[in-house]
Order: sequence, then structure tokens, then C-alpha cells
Amino acid sequence: MLGQIAYALPFLAEGFALTLWVSLLVVVLSLIAGVVFGVGLVYGPAPLRWAVRIFSDTVRGIPILVLIFFVYYGMPAVGVHLQSFWAAVLALTLFKTAQVVEYLRGAVASIPKGQSEAAMAIGLTFRQRLTYVIFPQAFRRFLPPWINGVTDAVKGSALVSLLGITDLMQAINQVIGRTYEAMPLYILGALLYFGVNYALSLASRRLEQRFAFIRE
Amino acid sequence: MGYTLNFNLIWRHFDKLWGGLLLSLELAVISIAIGIVIGLVLAVWYVSAGRVVRGIIASYVEFIRNVPLILLVYLVFYGLPTVIDLAYSAQTSFVATLAVYSGAYLVEVFRSGLEAVPRGQIDAGKAIGLTPWQRLVHVRLPTMMRITLPALSNTFISLFKDTSVASVISVPELTYGAQWINFNTFRIVEVYLVVTAMYLVTGYALLFALRLVERWYRTAR
Repeated sequence: MLGQIAYALPFLAEGFALTLWVSLLVVVLSLIAGVVFGVGLVYGPAPLRWAVRIFSDTVRGIPILVLIFFVYYGMPAVGVHLQSFWAAVLALTLFKTAQVVEYLRGAVASIPKGQSEAAMAIGLTFRQRLTYVIFPQAFRRFLPPWINGVTDAVKGSALVSLLGITDLMQAINQVIGRTYEAMPLYILGALLYFGVNYALSLASRRLEQRFAFIRE
Repeated sequence: MGYTLNFNLIWRHFDKLWGGLLLSLELAVISIAIGIVIGLVLAVWYVSAGRVVRGIIASYVEFIRNVPLILLVYLVFYGLPTVIDLAYSAQTSFVATLAVYSGAYLVEVFRSGLEAVPRGQIDAGKAIGLTPWQRLVHVRLPTMMRITLPALSNTFISLFKDTSVASVISVPELTYGAQWINFNTFRIVEVYLVVTAMYLVTGYALLFALRLVERWYRTAR
């Protein structure tokens, strides 16, 4: 039994690497898109605000699994062909983007209005107000929920196994298909996911402490 | 592009979606009910327990919260029967999994609520001679409920959406119904539009109902 699992380890390691790669892509892409749309939601013109609001409320209101299937099966139907890997990354990124938008909105809303007005009074431009006044203060509010969301991204990435992408989850299922050693492999998989996410949450606590010195 | 929407086939198989939605709700309600019991018992135990018990409860919570639900669903349905001599349906298996999963999230919610109950209230309870049990039932739990309800509502909605994972072990809930129509009729965009609307309407209706409960609870006493 252990021999068979040891034999499968390189294969599992590849799956594990893919899980990390998908998660990293999703986290980075959604951070960029989320900040852009989040600024659009807070400061944009009304039509843009509505569009982002509808997008965010819709995407956050349905299961990620439905979103993944919608993107994966729906896009080819309307003539957009993406590799399953990128379809999966796109679906997970859409979901995460909606969350990042909300974290950003919440963080910016927590900054007293006087800050923005004072910045205007001393003649800062919109961009200067954001970079020197609002974002440095909002950052500390943004960080804790966003970091919590990173572990969600790793967990959510396990759903891409359903599109036949050989991530850790799928690799485990394939090895079980060959060896019939279901329990040891699921436990191994659970420990690997746990290891990554627990390490992430420990790291995040330290990061939060690092930024905790900024006073209210 | 050039895709023409045609919902006829969706309506013809709508019973798959409607039945699916009802099953999704049923799975959510049963799992959450069991999860609430797990969560309450462990949270009350946690705040008054010694180090060892706290360590065990915290390990349960941390483990479940850091592992993907889909893996737990597979583990319970395909893994567990290989080591213990038990046979159960996919549906039972999923309810058990989601109950244990929601329990871990609810322990956290209830624990932080219990710890937020003002010390003075508990002391006041002691002062008027309430027993520890009476303090728990008449002072700590009601106050905790009021503190945790908003967080609780969000957890419930999120757990309702998690029932979609039951589709991976062929439990015929809403997402499974969507996939069935997807593969059998190829009206792909239509079916996911309808299912998206169904999840949204149900989710927001639940949220609205829970907000009413919150408001009622805030003003009732």
C-alpha cells in the first residue's frame, strides 16, 4: 500500500503544483481586477457603479461550482474557445474579483470623509488623493478579509478537478482509481490542503501584525 | 457569437431544476440544523473548557476550515466506507459531511459571540442567584444570539450555496439538475441563466427572511 502511494508521489506533486499555480493566478488576477472595479464602484459614474454592483451581487450570490460550469460549458456555446485551464482560472477569478471589490469598497468606506475633503482642500488631484491619503489608510482594513480570502481561493481551486484539470484533487482521484487506496490518499490530500492553508493563515496573522502599527 | 436563446427545453425539464432546488434547501436545512447543535455544544464547551479540550475543538475547526469541501465530500462518500463497515446513500453522506463542515464554521461564530457577551451581564446573573445553567440559558445564549445573528445569516447563505457540491456524488440537487439539462439538451447558456436566477432569488429571499428575524430579535425584548 505505502509502496504504491510512494510510487504515485511525483504525480501527486505535479497536481499539487498545479493547485498552487491556479490559486496564485486567481489571487493575483482578482486582486488587480478587483481593485480596478472596486475603485469604479466607489468613484465611478453611475452606469459603471450599477454594472459593478450587479456583477458583484450576482457572482457572489451563486455557488462557485455553477459559475465554473457556466463559464466552462457556456463559453464554447457562444463561440469563445478557451483551454479548460484558462476557463477554470477565469471562473475562479470572476468569483474572487467580486469579493475583492467588496473588501475594497468596505475598506474605502471606513475612511472618514474629512480625509478626502482635507486632501481636496490642499489641492491634491484625484489620483494623489487615492495614492497618498485614501489607499494607505484603507489598506489596513482591506488586508485581513483579503488574506482570509486567499485560503478560500486555494480551497475553491479544488473544484477545477471537475473540468478534468489534473490539480491535486484530480490527481488524488486518479491515483485512487488505480490503487483503490481511497482513505490514505484522501487523508494525504486533506493534509496537503490543510498545510498550505494553515501556513497561509499563520503568515497572514504576522502580516496583519506588521501593519497594525498604523493608528486609527 | 450568433447564439439564439431558446428556453423551451429548459421549461420542459424544469421539474429537474425545481425538484433540485427543493432538495438543495432540504440538504441545507438538515445539515445546518445538525451543524447548529454541533456548533452550540462545542462553543459552550470551548469557552469553559481546559487546554486539552480547547486544543481538540480548535483542531477540528481549523482542519475543516482549511480543507476544500469537495475533498471532504469524497472522503466521506468514497473513502470512509472502505475502512468502516457502514453503507449509506449519497444524500445521507452529503448531509453528514455538510453538517460536520457547517459545525466547524458555526463553532467559530458562536464562540466569538459568547466571548462578546459583556462580563457585567454574567455577573448580574450571578448576583441575582442564577445557577450556571440558568445563566447560560437566560443570559449568555440570548445575548450571544443577538450578537451573532448577522454573521450567522451570512454563514447560512454560504452553506446553502455549498449544497451545490453534492452534485459531485450525484445527489440530484439544483446544480446536478443543471448539469443534467446541460448534457442532455445542450441548451447550456439558458440552463445556467435559469439556475443562476434560481440561486439568486432563493439566496436573497433567505437573506431577507433572516434580516427580518434579526430585526424582530432586536426589538422583541
